[in-house]
Amino acid sequence: MSTNQAMVEKYRNNFLKEVEANVEEGEWVKMCMQCGVCSGSCPLGKFWDHPPQEIFMMIRAGKRDEVLTSSSMWMCTSCYNCIVRCPRELPITHIMHGLAHYAKRLGLVPQNQPTAKFAQLFWDNLMKKGRVNELKLGMALYFMNGFGEGVKVAMKNQKLGMNMMKTGRMNPMEILGGHAVKDLGGFHKVMKKAQELEDARIAKHGA
Amino acid sequence: MADEKKFAGYICTGCGIGERLDAKQLQSVMTREGKIANCKQHEMLCSAEGVKLIRDDIDAGNATHIVIAACSRRAKVEAFSFTDVAMSRANLREGVIWLRPEGDEHQETTQEMADDYIRMACAEVKFLKVPKPSGEQALNKTLLVVGGGVTGMTSALEAAKAGYPVHLAAEEGRLGGVWADLYKRVPFRAAALGVPNGRDVDLPQPEDPGIDAMIAEIEASPLITVHLNAKITRTSGAPGRFAADISTESGGTVTENFGAIVQATDFKPYDANQLPEFAYGKTPDVVTNFELEKLAKAANGGPLKRPSDGKEVKSVAFIQCAGQRSTKPGHLPYCSGFCCTESIKQAMYFKAQNPGCDTTVLFDDLRTPGAAGEDFYRSGQQAMVTFTKGKASEVVSAGGSLKVKFKDLILNEDTEMEADLVVLATGQVPHVGPDPYAQLAVDMAETEEEKAAARKKLEVAPPSILNLDYRQGTDLPQLKHGFVDSHFICFPYETRRTGIYAAGPVRRPMDMKQAIEDAVGATMKAIQAAENAARGSGAHPRVGDLSYPSFRKEGCTQCKRCTVECPFGAINEDEQRYPQFNESRCRRCGTCMGACPVRVISFENYSIDTVGQQIKAVDMPDEFSEKPRILALACENDAYPALDMAAMAGERLSPFARVVPVRCLGSVSLSWITDALNSGYDGIVLMGCRRDDDYQCHFVRGSAMAAERLSKVGDTLQQLNLEVERVQVFEVAITDIKRAAQLINDMAATVEKIGMSPFKF
Repeated sequence: MSTNQAMVEKYRNNFLKEVEANVEEGEWVKMCMQCGVCSGSCPLGKFWDHPPQEIFMMIRAGKRDEVLTSSSMWMCTSCYNCIVRCPRELPITHIMHGLAHYAKRLGLVPQNQPTAKFAQLFWDNLMKKGRVNELKLGMALYFMNGFGEGVKVAMKNQKLGMNMMKTGRMNPMEILGGHAVKDLGGFHKVMKKAQELEDARIAKHGA
Repeated sequence: MADEKKFAGYICTGCGIGERLDAKQLQSVMTREGKIANCKQHEMLCSAEGVKLIRDDIDAGNATHIVIAACSRRAKVEAFSFTDVAMSRANLREGVIWLRPEGDEHQETTQEMADDYIRMACAEVKFLKVPKPSGEQALNKTLLVVGGGVTGMTSALEAAKAGYPVHLAAEEGRLGGVWADLYKRVPFRAAALGVPNGRDVDLPQPEDPGIDAMIAEIEASPLITVHLNAKITRTSGAPGRFAADISTESGGTVTENFGAIVQATDFKPYDANQLPEFAYGKTPDVVTNFELEKLAKAANGGPLKRPSDGKEVKSVAFIQCAGQRSTKPGHLPYCSGFCCTESIKQAMYFKAQNPGCDTTVLFDDLRTPGAAGEDFYRSGQQAMVTFTKGKASEVVSAGGSLKVKFKDLILNEDTEMEADLVVLATGQVPHVGPDPYAQLAVDMAETEEEKAAARKKLEVAPPSILNLDYRQGTDLPQLKHGFVDSHFICFPYETRRTGIYAAGPVRRPMDMKQAIEDAVGATMKAIQAAENAARGSGAHPRVGDLSYPSFRKEGCTQCKRCTVECPFGAINEDEQRYPQFNESRCRRCGTCMGACPVRVISFENYSIDTVGQQIKAVDMPDEFSEKPRILALACENDAYPALDMAAMAGERLSPFARVVPVRCLGSVSLSWITDALNSGYDGIVLMGCRRDDDYQCHFVRGSAMAAERLSKVGDTLQQLNLEVERVQVFEVAITDIKRAAQLINDMAATVEKIGMSPFKF
């Protein structure tokens, strides 16, 4: 049984409880009073399928699949406008990231969601050396949608790249492995421990 | 005091009056034209020295009628408080110098303005008398509280605490009224100081209703007499000497005397049988919020069970605004204001007592008034009550459960949910007697058709509560939706029956906490009314006024206008059908005086003459002088202070305006208008308070009565062959500072356009 099915079994129709138990800061969702200030404050709101207010309402209405497969929470750019303005002080940005993370865990992220893709590239890049290799990350982004597309984008940004090299903002040698954080072994230990803690937290909620 | 009138005048030259005006000229007007020989000047009349100057004259017996020419009658009232003499005040500061620009080119007209105000004050003072109480007063400290609910109980307890004996009459066989079956009440207090915002914090919870404690307190109080199963079968008299017959079910009737009355009959729950769309009456599992309290009380802390089969409730839906805020026939058009918090509280019963119960509140607008309001809403959210913004359209019973169809207003879709139990948040219907004017409409109807229509309205009217033995009907007049007419903001608790105060949901829908606060306020007003009546003093807004209306019987034509038009039902008719003034029921507005076609009604300190003579006293320049005269009759409650404030704000007024304060536009006699037009005034501006449903009239109906009478003034103008624009009536609020002056200036412009009146002699 997949994690997703296990969760469906466990919480039946009470998606609010599921969110409360499993989503980071999900305990806050019940406190939303549906004023809509978050939706009105979101600079990218018009690109969202469901603005935050609606997401919260859908959670209460038990629209589990619609919420978790939505691209909405992936659209959040962490500008924190909603958090600042929420009269009930809900950490809306964090809830959106929490929902995205939960959807990812359950394997419900929509295919080719660009933010999700970027997040994965960033994470993989970061995990290798404990720091972001910007050259490699940039390259990976260029070629995210195929080789031909990558070359096209690279050529378009050629001048920018040359200038960055001239001013010492980009080192072409980084392509060969690149430098790591001081204690790479220690970094990996930290990450392993964090993963263990997260796994334990998830296990506590039963799936 | 001897009957001989001794006049004295005092002119203040302070605050710039001396610099801007020719005080010698003023004094000469007062002595020669005003015929007040004893005339003195002082450079600061409101100082201790200035006041002593006046006081000494009064004490020496040299002054019984005084004119003070200084600031507005609304200023320095403490300094110029000479209650033992008749006093008139010429408004030279706010009325003249502050409203007029400086400069030689304005000097002549400004001085003429001031001279006229001196003439007017001198004319007025000659017709003033020092008011004295009628001698009918008596102090009766006992109050009657009608209604045994929380409002009535609070009122009785508050009065008793203040040392006033109370008779508490309850219709029911026990105290508590509509709240008697309450399991818990909405908390009275907000979260404690220091409780942070956010979630899962210490927020207010449903609390003990406190009814039993109140009943115990009442039973223990030696000052409170409780009458259960009681009805008031007759109420007569006036503040200070009301007599009420209290009849109990067993047939006994006691008659008691009271100083004042508080009507605290609360509300009746809305009849949910008018909501068939929500399956009320079709299945016992649809209940009202009032019925749910009984279920909760029966559960006594355990799981709530549904009425049909006793099954533990596993899902419950609350439908807010059931039969309310709707224009459908049979629905209440208003918001009852207590049902949102009530439903939050009841939803929390389920969260606390029915483990795992799905609890959904379907609301359109969630409104949580009161101290605990928003915190209590958060408290419900913390308890995991689901609040869904949606409008329920139908409830159907299907296979042992209920289906609630609703439109989700956030997700904008029609959807439905299942529930074991549905609670309808129904509203409050005021528990009042019949509208007295519905009854009057039957008596006054001229055609049989009208009479039948009026009678029909009366047939569906509820039984009387107070059974007032008044000319104007048995109960308190109503304003909207059957609630007792009691001004929402400016003078709550006051009703249109002096000495009878409305408290709690009879005034407007409210929750228990608000009803308790209301009861405290109304009780305080009732105590004041009893005390004022004992002194012969008026009630709001003329507290302290000892004058009362009297009439010349030989001139009275028994036309009954005064008895019909009095906004407070103060005037009865005696056996010979003459008006019978009830001094302590009177609010001293003068609406009767304005209504009287034969001008026989007057007050000692306010009469047809006190104003009429002022109008006549104004110096009237001839037709070719290019100096028109505009008369402004301004209500002393709003329009006159607005003009004072216009002066303070540096607004400018036409030098041709002469402003006379009146007690209420309702007191304006049409004879003043006719006389003014005949004596050559070029324009007349009447400024009263806002009238009708959103009234600001301090005498409730005075302004409306005046508007009705003055609607026919056009005929008078046409008879005189004058342009109808010459007389205009305006509604002026106290905040209309610029506008009040502008309206008069507009009239000056109109006069310039249409020309001077041909009636100047």
